[in-house]
Amino acid sequence: MALEVTVKTAGDVPIPDHSFEAERNQYHSTKILKELVRGAPPDSLKVLGVIEKDLCIPILTFVYGEAQLNGIGALVSLARLRQEFYGAQPDDDIFRERLHKEALHELGHTFGLIHCSLVECLMYLSNTILDVDRKGRAFCRHCQRALNSKIEPGRVSKWTGR
Amino acid sequence: MDRKVNILVVDDEEIVRDSLSSWLIDDGYEVAAAENGTKALEIFPSREWDLCLVDLKMPGIDGIQLMEEFKRQVPDQLVIIMTAFATVDTAVKAMKEGAYDYMVKPFNPEDLSITIRKIIEHQKLVRENIFLRKELKKQYRLHDMISKNHKILEIFDLVRTVAKSNSTVLIQGESGTGKELLARAIHEESLRREAPFISVSCASLTETLLESELFGYEKGAFTGADSLKRGKLELAQDGTLFLDEIGDISLKLQMDLLRVLEQKEFRRVGGSGLITITSRILAATNRDLKKAIEEGKFRNDLFYRLNVISIHLPPLRERKEDVPLLVEHFIDRFNIEMDKKVEGVSDGAMRVLMEHDWPGNARELRNVIERAMVVAKDTRISEADISLPASRKEGTNGKSLGDIEKDHILRILVENRWNIIRSAQVLGIDRVTLYNKIKKYELKKEVGA
Repeated sequence: MALEVTVKTAGDVPIPDHSFEAERNQYHSTKILKELVRGAPPDSLKVLGVIEKDLCIPILTFVYGEAQLNGIGALVSLARLRQEFYGAQPDDDIFRERLHKEALHELGHTFGLIHCSLVECLMYLSNTILDVDRKGRAFCRHCQRALNSKIEPGRVSKWTGR
Repeated sequence: MDRKVNILVVDDEEIVRDSLSSWLIDDGYEVAAAENGTKALEIFPSREWDLCLVDLKMPGIDGIQLMEEFKRQVPDQLVIIMTAFATVDTAVKAMKEGAYDYMVKPFNPEDLSITIRKIIEHQKLVRENIFLRKELKKQYRLHDMISKNHKILEIFDLVRTVAKSNSTVLIQGESGTGKELLARAIHEESLRREAPFISVSCASLTETLLESELFGYEKGAFTGADSLKRGKLELAQDGTLFLDEIGDISLKLQMDLLRVLEQKEFRRVGGSGLITITSRILAATNRDLKKAIEEGKFRNDLFYRLNVISIHLPPLRERKEDVPLLVEHFIDRFNIEMDKKVEGVSDGAMRVLMEHDWPGNARELRNVIERAMVVAKDTRISEADISLPASRKEGTNGKSLGDIEKDHILRILVENRWNIIRSAQVLGIDRVTLYNKIKKYELKKEVGA
């Protein structure tokens, strides 16, 4: 396990209406992230939102997720992690593997980690689904060390949003 | 990553600035953002930007105007123009104005990543290239001299070795090959570099003048000597005395000089006290001294006294590979002197320069480049900007005797840097006749010549 922390799962959180980008038929991840952080329990060190919708930011055509660097909030979209999105048969194992990687990647940012140049590291930047599949499922030694220095065990909450 | 990559984001939309900045920060870049052109211009001088991402449409200063201003301050600045409106016209305009790339918002994450990585690689290569070029230039350089010709490079090595000694050096070579520059390089490489380097052009002075110039005179030594004057031999004490055009001095002065070199002491004209010489003597000539010895015009013993170390500088026509290097060197120099931004010469201009015979050697090339830079309207010197005198190889068909005489006199004058005494000697006519011919043919010294 990459993060030795206590995790609590919270209930659904409504998606803010103003985050919908009608022209792009996508959701603005930064706006959702802000709402997520605003509603986070006061004792939570980090909060991770998981959403079905396809996410974007104004400058990029899509994002797999978004996080606050050194902040508390992280958000991951399931839309592009599913095989169906690419016209293939559903595959639960692949889907779970991708979610594991992207969730930890975004949480890594909240602990101050930036993108890593090592392809085997979870913090490697994924621009395509092939990048997600290619990268490793753990942090590299350097990123793990940076992470360990920032973690206070037992203070991480996990929420899910739709 | 060797050093943090600095990126400046300029966009009037806060949401774009924030999302692009945070994406770039996540990726490990140093990012600053500005909401308009005015703010961007305030931030711009604060550091060296590897890349500026500039929005095309902004109120006030637009993206193209801002890019132009960045490039005016830093000509190599890399700029990517961003726009939400993808039109071919704006894309073409942005690229034409010097944008490195053009991107339509929103970007595909992969495109943005690839573009930025490509730029970082490009920047790295540019920096490496500049470093290697500097290193290469160091190898080709000896103070103000530059060459990649193997003979000259051997001379550079020899200079570095002999500079530390006190031996007399005789430098031979045509006019304009850089004899004085080499003499200065010997001085600069020697332990005498802190002491004076004194140069005397022996050909430009009459015998009596040269004598008082070299040895100085006591007060009252002759009519008009109303105060003591120290000669160049004395002024160059502990330093280097360079006797240029030594082949042009009279036999009497040759004798005096020989005595000085042998005895290491001299007297001022009209003086009785002996002054010991502590300077090093370097001499140069464009004449064939061995031939002058055979003709009885130069003393054999003085030649051997001067010729302890002999250096022959080859003419430029025998080292044409140096032409592009010298062209670049002179352009760099005149860009600073003239406050210009000439980047180089066109292929056509370089062809003309390579084909020319260069009778006036590197000095002639320097003058041609200087003149071309004055007249050039573009940032590259074109063929039309190059003005060369008639080549030695040029035929004489259809030319009158007067034309041929005119060309010949002009060539000799250029070769002898318009030194009238020397040119008249070479042409075998007296000075008055030469002045008359210059007047008759309306010959004029070129700018910088």
